[in-house]
Amino acid sequence: MRQWRPIPCESLCPLAGRGLCLTIFLYIRRALGGDGGRRGLTVSQERQTKPAGALSSRVAKYGYLFILPWVIGFLVFIAGPMLISVFLSLTKYDLAQVEFVGLENYRFLILEDPLFWKSLLNTAIYVGASVPLGLTGSLLLAMLLSTKIRGMSVFRTIYYLPSITPAVASALLWMWIFHPDIGILNHALRGLGLDNPPGWLQSESWALPAFIVMSLWGIGGARMIIFLAGIQNVSDHYYDAAKIDGANAWQRFIHITIPLITPVIFFNLVLGVIGAFQVFASAYVMTNGGPNNATLFYALYLYRNAFQFFKMGRASAMAWILFGILFLFTWVQFKRSRRWVHYEGELA
Amino acid sequence: MRGSHREYTTVGRMLVWVALLGGACLFIFPLFWTVTTALKSYQEAHRYPPVWVPDPPQWANFTEAWEILPQPFHIFVLNTYTIAALGTLGTVLSCSLVAYGFARFRFRGRTVLFLVLLSTMMLPRQVTMIPIFVMWSKLGLVDTFVPLVLPAWFGVNAFAVFLLRQFYMTLPRELDEAAMIDGCSYFGIWWRILMPLSRPALITIAILTFLGGWNNFLGPLIYLNSLDKYTVSIALNMFRDQFSVRLELLMAASLIHIIPVIVIFFAAQRYFIKGIAMTGLKQ
Repeated sequence: MRQWRPIPCESLCPLAGRGLCLTIFLYIRRALGGDGGRRGLTVSQERQTKPAGALSSRVAKYGYLFILPWVIGFLVFIAGPMLISVFLSLTKYDLAQVEFVGLENYRFLILEDPLFWKSLLNTAIYVGASVPLGLTGSLLLAMLLSTKIRGMSVFRTIYYLPSITPAVASALLWMWIFHPDIGILNHALRGLGLDNPPGWLQSESWALPAFIVMSLWGIGGARMIIFLAGIQNVSDHYYDAAKIDGANAWQRFIHITIPLITPVIFFNLVLGVIGAFQVFASAYVMTNGGPNNATLFYALYLYRNAFQFFKMGRASAMAWILFGILFLFTWVQFKRSRRWVHYEGELA
Repeated sequence: MRGSHREYTTVGRMLVWVALLGGACLFIFPLFWTVTTALKSYQEAHRYPPVWVPDPPQWANFTEAWEILPQPFHIFVLNTYTIAALGTLGTVLSCSLVAYGFARFRFRGRTVLFLVLLSTMMLPRQVTMIPIFVMWSKLGLVDTFVPLVLPAWFGVNAFAVFLLRQFYMTLPRELDEAAMIDGCSYFGIWWRILMPLSRPALITIAILTFLGGWNNFLGPLIYLNSLDKYTVSIALNMFRDQFSVRLELLMAASLIHIIPVIVIFFAAQRYFIKGIAMTGLKQ
């Protein structure tokens, strides 16, 4: 027992990144009725649940005991609130009086509330631009950072730092960078010969693009780390074989790297969309939805309904519409994933 | 070393290096700009074209920013630290206990429960946010730290549970069995065998959770009303409301928020970045 050593922390990050992608992907795909993951799952289950002999029922009792904190937490902080939230979405509720109104909240939002649609559209544009650009940027960066050259750890640190900068602080510093008159960005643009640079956060048409630009500052974060772990886990044998066949670097990237990291791409895509749909802090701090609701994001409008107008029922309805959109998106992605996402077990 | 796709020609290597260097300058620039602005005088901060290096550096900006709100910043720092630290402790303890349950015991419904746990990772926060707020407000606990700390003690951080479960499954069962023969209880196995062995995983989770708590904005915004309970993030937002013309002070206050993050990151970076660099070289 002495000689055995724990796993060194170096193997932890791939465990976090690639392992997380694969397992979640397999579990959920199986849950949705796909059969792609079944084989991998049963193997790992057999490995972990060695029969415990006569003790097994007692052992099971301990299993429940140890997961009890989560069961309580799940009931009190997730499942219970979800049920209550469904109910609230059917009421008019201002923290004092509950009045059942049926589907009125949904009807009002969809048919009579232009700001609901405005916020949904803003958010959709933001997600539609920042997620694909961010994913491409993260993947590109991960490719560059996976080369073995001098000073790589310094580069990794520099690219990672923006993603852990607190949201409020980074909102403040970007406000300053985007300042139309004395901001450094427009100073640079004027230097490049642009006489009339955009007003960014103060312009109705440029505020949303400003948020997208700002979101790209974070491409070196967890997403990139997960890509990096995925790229580094691709076995060299594939590349060697491709080289013998005369494939150049670009062909190797397209035909080997990309297919082998599709689970990682998929994972980052799904979680990226879910995350981007909830953009809040930066909008709250930088523009508070303005100018003229150009940056009124969905989560911000929901927050206002709930905590500024105290329309808890309407805000709950908004939350469920958001849930519906994200669920539908995720479900479609999982269904379609069988066509483009491979994991190594399937390829073999 | 074997031939690898990561082997580039000298020219390719130079190109990659130049691209990375250019990008790095771009990415570090906003932080650099925050630091120089924080050290400028009021006039320098608002001058156009911009002043690059403050002369002389106004270190007093930090003391002024620290004191300018009705409560000094160390109150906010202490509050944020308390919330983040208690939440981190709760996450590490409860999630590792739950992960132990999922990794080491066989019971009916385990796979389903684990799937439920994983799927909570994808649940948008807005769906549960309002009823939870209503609950805390009915319990009279709004404007206390309880709503920000207590949930963390119930193992609801799915990512942490997942990571630790994966980690425990890589540890040989013979360890448990040996400990059991020596008279260790199941609880003892978790506390004396698995907890010490999973230190790297626990530290990674602790750092990420702490940073999450330190940076959290929406939670404190919803739950904290009185200034002496404010965290740094919402104090900073208030700062922006009241002193938006004092750019140099705003940047100094932002740095108060950013610097601890960077310090923690550098102190602990081998746990989450260097590790990947090394696995990359191993193959």
